[in-house]
Amino acid sequence: MTSAPDDHPDRAAARTRGLVVTFGAKRAVDGLDLEIPPGAVTGLLGPNGAGKSTTIGVLAGLLTPSAGRVEVLGGVPGRATARARVGVMLQDDGLPTGAHAAEMVRHVAVLRGDRPSAEPLIEALRLSELGRTTIRRLSGGERRRVSLACALVGTPELVLLDEPTAGLDHEGRDVVAGMIRALRAQGVAVLLSTHLLDEAEALADHLTVMARGHAVAEGTVGSLTADSAERIDFAARPHLDIAALARALPSRCTVEERAPGDYRVWGSADPQILATVSSWCAQHGDAPTRMHAGRETLADAYRRLTGGGTE
Amino acid sequence: MTTSTAHPTPSMARLVGTQAGFELRVLFRNGEQLLLTILIPVGLLLGLTLATALPLTTAAGASRIDTALAGVLAVAVLSSAFTSLAIGVGFDRRSGALLLLATTPLSRTSILAAKALATVATVAIQTMVLGVTAAFLGWRPEPADLLIIPILLLGTFALGALGFALAGALRAEATLAVANAVFLVLLVAGGTAWPPSSLPGPLSTIVSALPSAALGDALRGILASGEGSVAIAIALLAVWTVAGGLIARRTFRWS
Repeated sequence: MTSAPDDHPDRAAARTRGLVVTFGAKRAVDGLDLEIPPGAVTGLLGPNGAGKSTTIGVLAGLLTPSAGRVEVLGGVPGRATARARVGVMLQDDGLPTGAHAAEMVRHVAVLRGDRPSAEPLIEALRLSELGRTTIRRLSGGERRRVSLACALVGTPELVLLDEPTAGLDHEGRDVVAGMIRALRAQGVAVLLSTHLLDEAEALADHLTVMARGHAVAEGTVGSLTADSAERIDFAARPHLDIAALARALPSRCTVEERAPGDYRVWGSADPQILATVSSWCAQHGDAPTRMHAGRETLADAYRRLTGGGTE
Repeated sequence: MTTSTAHPTPSMARLVGTQAGFELRVLFRNGEQLLLTILIPVGLLLGLTLATALPLTTAAGASRIDTALAGVLAVAVLSSAFTSLAIGVGFDRRSGALLLLATTPLSRTSILAAKALATVATVAIQTMVLGVTAAFLGWRPEPADLLIIPILLLGTFALGALGFALAGALRAEATLAVANAVFLVLLVAGGTAWPPSSLPGPLSTIVSALPSAALGDALRGILASGEGSVAIAIALLAVWTVAGGLIARRTFRWS
């Protein structure tokens, strides 16, 4: 089900409410609430199979929701008016293998009725260097650059990017990051799906973390890592009595053995707590070999929220 | 948020024309497609006309080049409207090219219309190339021969609908194998280059009902005083067009 357009002036560029997408018995997206504000970069994180690409497919109008509400630029995704104003970079780029890079970008620009918008992108993404090489002979990174240019021609108001830097070298990633920042500066709403947490941390104004088809957390990097953010990591002999250690610490602190001999104290990075942990270990016959106090990183938060490791 | 897009979206007719032109450029850049759509039909026309040892039954009042041209035009339509279209759409489905296009102002209907238009344009190019080649070989066209234009169009739609149905139902690799196999079988025994009557008894009757044979018979009826009824052949093509369209509608998937 999709909503009717509204005229609210400060609405989100796109939003979903209770979005469900099923493929047979599998619920690829399961009750997703997502808000993509205008003029900002929204990062979409989650492990493989979390439903990120399916969500982008729905927002691009390529997939029909099984249930829930979806609104894109105040209207229904996939309608002609939305397609003209939304740029999409899919994970499978879908580029015709017999075309030349710059030719393809110019073609999409003509389809979008904005032929002049092609040349600056061809220049910025150095596609003219690829000359008359057909797309089938380009490297993966070169194809991603062509695909990105196709998503950005026609001055879109909303850009959906599904792993835009996959396969790119550092220089290519820097170029893409620069383009995303430029889009934000121009007031374009960007949805950035990525597995690269450093990329999300550097570029995204807001993050939504997906797992098992729905959002498990959303907010800024700061807000996602705020809960129990301070911690102390230390190494000691395996299988210490962490319950006893926890009793020796203030009640706000919790202790976990993340791997044999690898411990983390949540709730404080206070030097006093550091000293308490060190002396408790010494009393139990094993001084820590390594200690580090700090805050939870985005990677830590991601692992905690998704119940898995970073990819 | 930025304001609404300042540039107007092109009309659907312009979008379809632009996309069809792009597809034609890419198609004729591909060596395999050139072989299939131009070189094989031209080679077949030369062979059937000049290699008189090859069997070719000509009707009374028709020359060898008339009969050869009619059959080879049917082969040309088969190659572009069925085989080439099916393979192209099959690989577009696999690569996600159809989905990429569906994110642009091209609607899904426009994408299919552009593919149909590109195929019609390919058949027009094939017809011109074969017509010029035939003229060098002694073919002298008459005004009534212009009647082949609607026949070629109808044949393109009938075989094109079946090409879409095949590409929509099977994986790209399977489409490639089946489309090429069907092309080879119908080239030799599908009533295209050689009329169905050249086949043994029951096979002749079965093949006569195929769209390839209907197209070949209709073209031979106009260009080479063929023995079959042009009206029946046209009716058969119309039935195949509707049937192919209905099958494609049921089987076609975008990805």
